Amino acid sequence: MAEITPGRAYGFFTDTSVCIGCKACEVACKTWNELPSNEPVFGDGYDNTGTLDAQNWRHVAFIDNVPDETLGTGQGKAWLMMSDVCKHCQNASCMEVCPTGAIIRTEFDSVYIQPDVCNGCRNCIAACPYNVISQDEHKGVAQKCTLCYDRLQGGMEPACAKACPTDSIQFGPVDELREMAQQRIENLHDQGVSEARLYGEDDSIYGGLNAFFLLMDEPEAYQLPDEEEAVLPRRNNTEGYLGALGTAVLGVLGGLIALRRRREPASAASDSEAGDG
Amino acid sequence: MWGEELDHFVRDPHWTWYILGYFFFAGLSGGSYVIATLFRLRGTPADEPVVRLGHYVAFATLLPCPVLLILDLGKPSRFWHMMWNTTPDEAGLNFKYWSPMSVGVWVLAVFGVFATVSFVEALVRDEKLRLGLARRAVGLLDGTLGKIVLVLGAVGGLFIAGYTGVLLAVSNQPVWSDTWTLGGLFLASGLSGSVALLHLLSRYRRGAEASGDALILSERLYALLELALIVLFVLTLIPTGSLDIVFGFPWILLWLVAFAGLVPGLAGLLTARLAVTGNGMAVTVQTTSVVRSVAIPVLVLCGVLALRAAIIFSIQ
Repeated sequence: MAEITPGRAYGFFTDTSVCIGCKACEVACKTWNELPSNEPVFGDGYDNTGTLDAQNWRHVAFIDNVPDETLGTGQGKAWLMMSDVCKHCQNASCMEVCPTGAIIRTEFDSVYIQPDVCNGCRNCIAACPYNVISQDEHKGVAQKCTLCYDRLQGGMEPACAKACPTDSIQFGPVDELREMAQQRIENLHDQGVSEARLYGEDDSIYGGLNAFFLLMDEPEAYQLPDEEEAVLPRRNNTEGYLGALGTAVLGVLGGLIALRRRREPASAASDSEAGDG
Repeated sequence: MWGEELDHFVRDPHWTWYILGYFFFAGLSGGSYVIATLFRLRGTPADEPVVRLGHYVAFATLLPCPVLLILDLGKPSRFWHMMWNTTPDEAGLNFKYWSPMSVGVWVLAVFGVFATVSFVEALVRDEKLRLGLARRAVGLLDGTLGKIVLVLGAVGGLFIAGYTGVLLAVSNQPVWSDTWTLGGLFLASGLSGSVALLHLLSRYRRGAEASGDALILSERLYALLELALIVLFVLTLIPTGSLDIVFGFPWILLWLVAFAGLVPGLAGLLTARLAVTGNGMAVTVQTTSVVRSVAIPVLVLCGVLALRAAIIFSIQ
């Protein structure tokens, strides 16, 4: 691992085609970041972590992909496995709505929630389109992957990437990771793995994801918004306020009409009296 | 992106009872101030009791707002971080015009000043506060300055009553971010509830009955406005496929309460429209006085609360 230099953008390239679901990344993340264990989740599959949240900053998703038809030996793809993590978006929804300034972009271009600044308003949770952030019930603040900010400051790569036995999780400068990903996708396509695709490596998703992925299916299969669905919360500001403004005008008009309407007969009556006089 | 079907892979923020309470009281506080302003500026001297009542209500319903907001925080002791950035080397005022939560905090604080000034003014004019300093200060509000204060306060009131809906929309949550109508809907509902609350409390305010007819007419118009916003809310959600989330069981029960709250106003509009008698009194639907002045306003207020509860809780 080359020297980690502040001022350069770092991130992850997670190649889901070689993820074996060992969860070493989850364990390494919890260990380094001293995250508490949580009650296992027992759903339909082998995923007992459940989801990314305040205690799980890496989550190996086991996505049931058992085909309906019978396939030959070696052709089955029962599971799509993906070590999910905060995407450290260039245009981060969480950072956009945070009212306290607790969410910042670090010198490594990662998105970081300052635990001593966050006041637990949870606006970032409502905004994050990847279901990444949640509030720590004991600390009362929002938490997510820090890209091992403390390790980067010490010149060490993040714990999950260090622990990954198959190099499914690659850490490095984002520009180098993009080149690596492009090479990998070309190799896979040359091998006939046409379903492989990159997600977030260019600026089409939230201006680019510093933690991007090689996927083996549509983004929706991994619960990831596609290009059209990757939208920022602020898109709704103008129309939302205009709707309220229109209603405000009508509301004031309504009040004025009620007041005027009530006074009309009285005015008419006084006019009549004046005419009589 | 309005009106397009979006998949939302999001977690809800667990904004529950405190936020429901805040949205409810913010709507009533802002709405009451607006109604009071309209009656002061465009009403008659006989409306003064309702004007002061409106200022009392705006202040009283504003008091729980910051309390509820602070209690909802994961770290209540850091509420002031909303206004002051404590990031090392970046300490300074926090204001993000593109974040309704950030804007809302500031407008709430500014509106609080106007609501307090008008509250003190009402106390002095009602001779419940007899401090010489306060009297002299209120004397300054007799002319143009008083009107400016009222108008600016009313603008703040309109914002406080409606921005909460925009705050929900500026997210990536299903339903909330699928429609542009929530700001308007909460505002219309807040005005509706404020008229109902003033009508209810005017029973206990001497001289306020003179404004009852204008309140009744307002109630009808605001019910129509709220209904129109609900229709728009539904129409904008149909193409997004999220209608069943917000109108499914058990939330439909809350919507029924919300619709029940609209019935008195809409029924009045259908039967008597905006008709007034020769004395300028609203032609009312035939109801007994207690039903008219107590049960109906309470029903409208329940509807205001139910509407917010349905929208807040249905996606969480």
